Amino acid sequence: MVARLRELSYAQAIQEAMALAMEADERVFLMGEDIGVYGGAFQVTGDLVNRFGEERVMDTPISELGGAGVAVGAAVTGMRPIFEFQFSDFATLAMEQIVNQAAKMRFMLGGAVSVPVVMRFPAGSGTGAAAQHSQSLEAWLGHVPGLKVIQPATPHDAKGMLLAAIEDPDPVMIFEHKLLYKMKGSVPEGHYTVPIGKAEIRREGRYLTVVATSIMVHKALEAAKALEGEGIDVEVVDLRTVRPMDRETVIDSVKKTSRLLTVYEGVKTLGIGAEVSAMIAESDAFDFLDAPIVRLGGAETPIPYNPELERATVPQVPDIVAAARDLVRGAR
Amino acid sequence: MPVEVILPKVDMDMATGRISRWHVEEGAAVEKGDLLFEIETDKAAMEIDAPAGGIVGDISGKEGVDIPVGQAVAWIYAEGEATPSSPLAGEVPAKRAEGGGGDRVPTSEEGARPSPPPPVQPPTAAVHPPRKGEGKGVRASPLARRIAKEAGIDLAAVSGSGPRGRVVKADVEAAISGGAAKAPAARAPEAPAPKPMSDEQVLRLFEEGSYELVPHDGMRKTIARRLVEAKSTIPHFYLTLDCEIDALLALRKQLNAAAPMVKTEDGEKPAYKLSVNDFIIKAMALALMAVPDANASWTESAMVKHKHADVGVAVAIPGGLITPIVRRAEAKTLSAISNEMKDLATRARNRKLKPEEYQGGTTAVSNLGMYGIKDFAAVINPPHATILAVGAGEERAVVKDGEIKPATIMSVTLSTDHRAVDGALGAELLSAFKRLVENPFGMLV
Repeated sequence: MVARLRELSYAQAIQEAMALAMEADERVFLMGEDIGVYGGAFQVTGDLVNRFGEERVMDTPISELGGAGVAVGAAVTGMRPIFEFQFSDFATLAMEQIVNQAAKMRFMLGGAVSVPVVMRFPAGSGTGAAAQHSQSLEAWLGHVPGLKVIQPATPHDAKGMLLAAIEDPDPVMIFEHKLLYKMKGSVPEGHYTVPIGKAEIRREGRYLTVVATSIMVHKALEAAKALEGEGIDVEVVDLRTVRPMDRETVIDSVKKTSRLLTVYEGVKTLGIGAEVSAMIAESDAFDFLDAPIVRLGGAETPIPYNPELERATVPQVPDIVAAARDLVRGAR
Repeated sequence: MPVEVILPKVDMDMATGRISRWHVEEGAAVEKGDLLFEIETDKAAMEIDAPAGGIVGDISGKEGVDIPVGQAVAWIYAEGEATPSSPLAGEVPAKRAEGGGGDRVPTSEEGARPSPPPPVQPPTAAVHPPRKGEGKGVRASPLARRIAKEAGIDLAAVSGSGPRGRVVKADVEAAISGGAAKAPAARAPEAPAPKPMSDEQVLRLFEEGSYELVPHDGMRKTIARRLVEAKSTIPHFYLTLDCEIDALLALRKQLNAAAPMVKTEDGEKPAYKLSVNDFIIKAMALALMAVPDANASWTESAMVKHKHADVGVAVAIPGGLITPIVRRAEAKTLSAISNEMKDLATRARNRKLKPEEYQGGTTAVSNLGMYGIKDFAAVINPPHATILAVGAGEERAVVKDGEIKPATIMSVTLSTDHRAVDGALGAELLSAFKRLVENPFGMLV
């Protein structure tokens, strides 16, 4: 059966995935601050409370640690909770439950339990929400074995990866860039999954591999288009999953193009691009490198409130164009 | 981190360049893209912009001396950034300028960024990074290393086009197709090349004060290097013919008389004024089309057979010569060739040609007829396989049907790369040329 495609926003695609899962599996339920009547800080949950009731679309007190603890406990006892944080920055408040409990339990109990919890994190800058509401902390959680960490970049992937996350037996952390919520794209009707741990080549190219995550995928594609006229043919790889990372796709791409640029919004130092770079340097793709690896990441600073400064702290299209041009033209 | 300012490679076969003028001083604040200095390349002048914004320091690239491509000539520091050699940066180059003086070519060490060891450290502790030519110290990308290893190429012998002279894939591939520099072991059996006399040996032969020393400019060095390379690597042979050009001269006169007048900035002028050389360019191009096997370039791996005749024309300019190229001359009218040549020659004399206007080509023409030279042999300008040396058209007595008659004769000599064009093929090309020159109406259709 060929599923019909419609244009949905990223937020609508997530809402549809949650509704589908709740219809199909009564163990699935939603928790989060203001997700009930209010519909969620970014209106992702919307009116699901009217369809599924307050027992399955549950408002939690303003305590991320408490909410996360309940979600992890529910998962251990056989439920399939989806817990929404208002901002990914508040993951810091729930680190004990995420890092010490959810990620560890399967291992410490000898595989006797699994923790099939899904946590959703609205992330990233660009909304004028200042330093405590604009961070990209996916690399923090990506550092923890036992967690799966994903960053869907399109409405299609947001729905398919969320459904894959709900079905996954392990805790899956989803980082959703806030600026993507309104982005539209074609999304198939009904149930489908997009595998966790598999990167996607968004654009094929010959001279440079750009490995990007989340909203940076779109900026990289825009940059690639701008460079077309200069004969600079750029391949854009959407990493999609931070942990477990898809080594094969990235390594094969770099072996083909001989050059690597990583673009990510999280702080550059010790970030995802650092990991991708090191992976390439350690792999047999090393012998195929014809230029140094370059990272474009967030500036080494808390995100400023001033919108001009905020924009300047994360990579923008002209930065990607310039770095790509330098790499391919041999200026680096 | 400070950003290195290097002498960039702006021309395909550029090994060194000279800074003709700095536009900033030590300590100047610059924005990215500001003009830093001008370089005189082998054949043109180029302006070089700042690769980053900041404070210019450690200017080590002196004006008027040859600097290897890729060498640091200055550094740009972020504002307030500690300059490692700042206490000495102002002093050291100044002292060198006084002591060294003149146009002495700096050694690699002098040319590099001045980094004197700190006083507390014994001088022996100074560590110099290994430089190109010292085997493992060659800057090369991992990919270039792998390809070179597989092909048995010695990286030290490959000139790097990347930043700081880094050897990249394209350089190794060029070396492979150019047949250059196999690993030393493979070269060992070759006899050592005879060395030319040293500068001192030459100067000792002349009385001191009886001469003036004029340092070579970029063009002179390029000419010397390319001609030594051409004459010592290309097996030349030569074919000479006499062409009767009375018909050509008559046609030229007629065509020039028929030129319509056009308005220009300098008043009314004829739309074209054909020279004999314009006919020669056209005839050479058509001859190559008629004998396409001779329109070739030699490479180690394959014969490059060209589809168009791109004819280089040697133009004497003050201080040397340059060979701008009339592309696809076979398809151009005589007037188009003529006007294009006038433009190319004017810009050549002003050294305003772009590299793509004088690089490449499939053959060349060198005409010394205006000096009354009767016949000469020219040196092939690679990647061409042929060059036509053209002498003066002069009245000579010729024997026709047993009678001595006067005719205007132009002698031409074709120099030929025997690897690409054998004797009979060269002869075929030259006789095709003669046919066109002696029956010049063939060039109009």
